[in-house]
Amino acid sequence: MKLRKVTAATAVVLALAVSATACGKDDKKDGGSSGGKKIKIGIKFDQPGLGQKTPQGYTGFDVDVATYVAKELGYNADQIEWKESKSMDRETMLQRGDVDFIAATYSINDEREKKVDFAGPYLLAHQDVLVRADDNSIKSPEDLNSKKLCSVTGSTSAQNVHDKLAPKANLQEYPTYSACLTGLQNKAIDALTTDDSILAGYASQAAFKGKFKLGGLKMTNENYGIGVKKGSDLKAKINTALEKMVADKSWQQAVDKNLGPANYKNEPAPKIGNIVK
Amino acid sequence: MFDFLDHYDLLGAFWTTVQLTVLSAIGSLIWGTVLAAMRVGPVPVMRGFGAAYVNIVRNTPLTVIILFTSLGLNQTLGISLGATNFDIINFRLAILGLTAYTAAFVCEALRAGINTVPVGQAEAARALGLSFPQVLSLVVLPQAFRSVVGPLTNVLIALTKNTTVAAAIGVAEAALLMKKMIENEAQLLLISAVIAFGFVCLTLPTGLILGWVGKKVAVKR
Repeated sequence: MKLRKVTAATAVVLALAVSATACGKDDKKDGGSSGGKKIKIGIKFDQPGLGQKTPQGYTGFDVDVATYVAKELGYNADQIEWKESKSMDRETMLQRGDVDFIAATYSINDEREKKVDFAGPYLLAHQDVLVRADDNSIKSPEDLNSKKLCSVTGSTSAQNVHDKLAPKANLQEYPTYSACLTGLQNKAIDALTTDDSILAGYASQAAFKGKFKLGGLKMTNENYGIGVKKGSDLKAKINTALEKMVADKSWQQAVDKNLGPANYKNEPAPKIGNIVK
Repeated sequence: MFDFLDHYDLLGAFWTTVQLTVLSAIGSLIWGTVLAAMRVGPVPVMRGFGAAYVNIVRNTPLTVIILFTSLGLNQTLGISLGATNFDIINFRLAILGLTAYTAAFVCEALRAGINTVPVGQAEAARALGLSFPQVLSLVVLPQAFRSVVGPLTNVLIALTKNTTVAAAIGVAEAALLMKKMIENEAQLLLISAVIAFGFVCLTLPTGLILGWVGKKVAVKR
């Protein structure tokens, strides 16, 4: 009988704890986009050069753009609450209101525009390849058909290679780009393929400096936008902020600072609302 | 609501899952039986090896094992298991990894089964002059297998679901298709539900059929 009592007591304590945390969550949800003290921004935590969490803080191009936009919306850097928004969670996070906006290598496409609104675009990227610095054998997308490629499992880049760009290529898929780099260094893989901005970020890392280079193939167009909740009035405000950022040259500075070391030649800043198909 | 499924080869992906499951199940049943024989055998070196293998492999996360087969064996050491195409190499590597992992659980289930056989039977067999392999294969194991159909069913169902880890090295099975669909369709919950339903369709009949078989063949003592 004693055991029964203990079990019952534990269950009650657990139930209380669960309901208490649930309440706690609701209480916190006071700030919206206006009036609250904090602004919540979704970024990637694991993409060097674009959005990365480091012991010193958050760095990358997306982070710099988001910080600038937040400043224009009236929030200082210390009023920003960074949240990790993984690729598959992005639409849900915006719809639920977990974040106010998302700047996380978020390409604008039709499927996504049905669910969320996009401000921008603020960067035009292209699918490209990263190869070893001494490899000059890839000059056009057709050359990829005889190569061993690597990309992230199920990603748009991987599907593009499979369906359109180089259907005969030998494609290895891994959960992260870092895993691909092992094979690239060991010559088990010839090229890593995804957006050039992401590749530039990896090649700019201190550990890989001088080992890899971009192929410069420009195979697709990826328009990075800032995602906001459908129908949100933030879209117009963010667009204004982005225009200002390009006009006062902070945009170019942010590109050079984060992606420059990999010899990344960026496209000129895209016009707001001008989506290159 | 489900019309987006037309663009994807859902059956093909689940067929790969079934292939992975069946081939790894056969492999791990054989390797697991060998391991169990080692662990109950009279040779101390083999007992030591069996115990070490089971304890190391059983306590290593499956993702680590699967990733090691690809990043370690294939990408670093250059082992390609007789294929040149990554699709085939990864499929074989995944079977290797899943077999190595699941065998540890099969071994332990089987060892429990061996313990259900009264020790007097092994002693009687020895007294009749049978050697250790004969005692094991003619007297002990046939009875042990019949008593562990239930536990082995658990291992098989776990293995079916564990095949999703093979997506980590790019084997085109159900979990990889799920990632693709989520990337393209922005319908997280619906897609997850479809894939989950697919797995229930695989594992529920397995459990029911093998549960019935287990009752049928159990040794009445």
